[in-house]
Amino acid sequence: MASESHIIEYKTLGLTLAALLVLTGVTVGAASIDLGWVNVWIALMIASVKAGFVLLVFMHMRWEGRTLQWSFLATVLFLAIMIGFIFWDVAFR
Amino acid sequence: MTAQTDPTGKKLGMWLFLYTEIVLFGGLFVLYAVYFAGYTDDFIAGAKELDLFFGVVNTIVLLISSFCVAAGITAVQKAHNRIALAGLWGALACGAVFLVNKYIEWGHKFEHGIYPGSDRLADGPAGQNLFFGLYFVITGLHGLHIIIGMTLLAVSLVLVTRQKITAQNNAMLDNSGLYWHLVDLIWIFIFPLFYLVV
Amino acid sequence: MTSFYQTPEPAGFTGIKSWLITFDHKRIALLYLFSILFWFLLAVTLGGLIRLELMFPGKTVLSAQMYNSVFTLHGVIMIFLFIIPALPAIFGNFFLPIHIGADDVYFPRLNLLSWYLYMAGGIVAIVSLFSDGFPDTGWTFYVPFSISTHTNVSTAVFAAFILGFSSMLTGLNFITTIHKMRAKTMGWLQLPLFTWSLYATAWVQLLATPVITITLVLVVVERLFNVGLFDPARGGDPILYQHLFWIYSHPAVYIMILPGMGVISEIIPVSARKSIFGYKAIVASSLAIAIAGSLVWAHHMYTSGMSDTAVFVFSLLTFVVAIPSAIKVFSWVATLYKGAIEMTPPLLFSLCFIYLFSVGGLTGLVLGAAGANIHVHDTHFVVAHFHFTMFGGTGFAFFAALHYWWPKMFGKMYDFKKAYIAAILVTAGFMLHYVPMFVLGLQGMPRRYYDYLPQYAAGNFFAGFGALCMIAGIGLMVVNLLASLARERTAAADDPWGGVTLEWTIPSPPPLHNFDKDPEVMDYPYDFTKVTAVGSGAGTIKPETGK
Repeated sequence: MASESHIIEYKTLGLTLAALLVLTGVTVGAASIDLGWVNVWIALMIASVKAGFVLLVFMHMRWEGRTLQWSFLATVLFLAIMIGFIFWDVAFR
Repeated sequence: MTAQTDPTGKKLGMWLFLYTEIVLFGGLFVLYAVYFAGYTDDFIAGAKELDLFFGVVNTIVLLISSFCVAAGITAVQKAHNRIALAGLWGALACGAVFLVNKYIEWGHKFEHGIYPGSDRLADGPAGQNLFFGLYFVITGLHGLHIIIGMTLLAVSLVLVTRQKITAQNNAMLDNSGLYWHLVDLIWIFIFPLFYLVV
Repeated sequence: MTSFYQTPEPAGFTGIKSWLITFDHKRIALLYLFSILFWFLLAVTLGGLIRLELMFPGKTVLSAQMYNSVFTLHGVIMIFLFIIPALPAIFGNFFLPIHIGADDVYFPRLNLLSWYLYMAGGIVAIVSLFSDGFPDTGWTFYVPFSISTHTNVSTAVFAAFILGFSSMLTGLNFITTIHKMRAKTMGWLQLPLFTWSLYATAWVQLLATPVITITLVLVVVERLFNVGLFDPARGGDPILYQHLFWIYSHPAVYIMILPGMGVISEIIPVSARKSIFGYKAIVASSLAIAIAGSLVWAHHMYTSGMSDTAVFVFSLLTFVVAIPSAIKVFSWVATLYKGAIEMTPPLLFSLCFIYLFSVGGLTGLVLGAAGANIHVHDTHFVVAHFHFTMFGGTGFAFFAALHYWWPKMFGKMYDFKKAYIAAILVTAGFMLHYVPMFVLGLQGMPRRYYDYLPQYAAGNFFAGFGALCMIAGIGLMVVNLLASLARERTAAADDPWGGVTLEWTIPSPPPLHNFDKDPEVMDYPYDFTKVTAVGSGAGTIKPETGK
């Protein structure tokens, strides 16, 4: 992991914050248009993009080694299975 | 002797801990997903009763605080001590604003008879009881994490002041920062799920 | 050479106090050993009481309410205080760092904290016994009963919550240690299989435990604030509780069994003086069990009112888990084939493990099949099945590990003859105890019932008799092991079994920093060419029974 010495410039951080704030505006705007159940998915997709920014830049994930990147993906996958497999039950009851 | 002091291990350990936090909240999101699928209309009606203003302000406040912490870490690495302290104070202030907002918001709900086990929720539609039940449990647990995160940041702040955290030795600050970002990350999902499903 | 027992003690912390503030992984392992042994023997006694009550129809030794609390307590202690921590916390702590050529785990302070959390959890469980009575819900704490019962569910659940933390932190520590502390020359495919199994286990501990944490928190929240998240009258779904509970608790059985399989994978090649058959296949199957085991939780819920689609999917996935488990069993048997087998107490326990675990695994397929499951669900068949896997599996692996590593941990060898007698007594008692339960279950006797119809009397009597044999065997085993500590003449050799992993290259008991000179990592961890070349030398077992 060569990330130990990696320093993120203030400018990068500032741009990331700006992007996050803009996305917050976008998601609030998108929610004001009534599209029924699609709204939730749009909101979740924008949230995922925001989370991606926080994760990759603020939390340094972009510059980490494979161990962290893969294990993070594994955790997300575990979560997806937890939520997804429950619907084998509740969606078919 | 093989005593190894590989400092990246502390970061790995912290990340592993963060995974457990993600799954912890994940358990609650399981309930949210299932009940949302079953009671979509009630959830939308419930979300309309929440005050979007508080949600947006708290989102912005947390994003700024995350930026402050990240900038603080950069500052410590560059030995810009003043900026580091300013960043951490800023993050703590944002955390405090978040908690005050949450307090006011919960207070309003209580006044309107919306709290766990209240008569209004018990007599109202089942889906709304679940919506507000999840709202209180999830934001409550999240608030608890804000308090823990602020404690960690405060400890780091003291250590930076005392020059115990330096460019060479900043694992404590790094890990507190990671924790704080995770709290932000979780809020990024809580916000749309409770305030924007209208 | 001074062992870790003669660690210099800081002023004011002599004797037992120096152990309570130790960061040494070996000392922490021994703290775990004795505390876990205490809980194990207590839970065995409780299990004995249950069987004694059921030995004859009607009331014998326990009242009905007491019986409900006793089987709950037996389950909670066995699961959370014995079988989950037993192998990782004792033998993992002691041998994982040595196996990878390190002098300690990565987070020694966290390691001690885990032990304190473990003790705190145990104490809270005891406290709940004496305030409002121990829960009568069974260890699963199913809603709605766990929310409405007047017994002290909150405290017991809090105990499980703390113990979950302890287990999670141990997993976190092990993953970090294996990633960051391996000897520089040791690659991933040079890790001993016990360490590999701990690695797979640690991931399950880490990712699954938070689910039970939040589930138990929700039970307490429901009891305190009455939110209604699982209350059907208010839109909640009690089956979701079962989902959340089993999302942890099914992977948890792999937390229990995987390290046990790791122990067997160590003992079998050493006893056969032969490289393990299919090293990579065993590694892969450990990981496959960890992954596939996380996908099958709802097979505990076929009769709960879950959708038929879910029953179908989870039944299918359940059969998939049988594949990696079978890979391991075949690999062990293939390792023994044409090996230069030398019978020792650990090997005898391991062979019993293979047999009992196979029976447990195969009856698991009966339960995994949706149709057959409906017939035997919540009967004694299930009780027999999971005791075959958990006790016949992990329990016997624990006994095997005790006998295998005892000389290394304490530098003392126990009496072989008594160990053999104990092993045979436990196994015979085990069969007599649990085989009748399979029959009782097929005949329809439900589990957790206080009393039964007259036609079940014979089976229950035999089971009770078997339980007594088993308890006698366990008693003999523990006494035999502890007696070895008191004897001077039975000092153990550094490598009594002819093992080749790193723990056998250092003195028994190990010195404070494990390795006084840099460990020599072999290209392949199960290379016995040196041991067999010496012939009657290094590998010969000479049990010096104290005469």
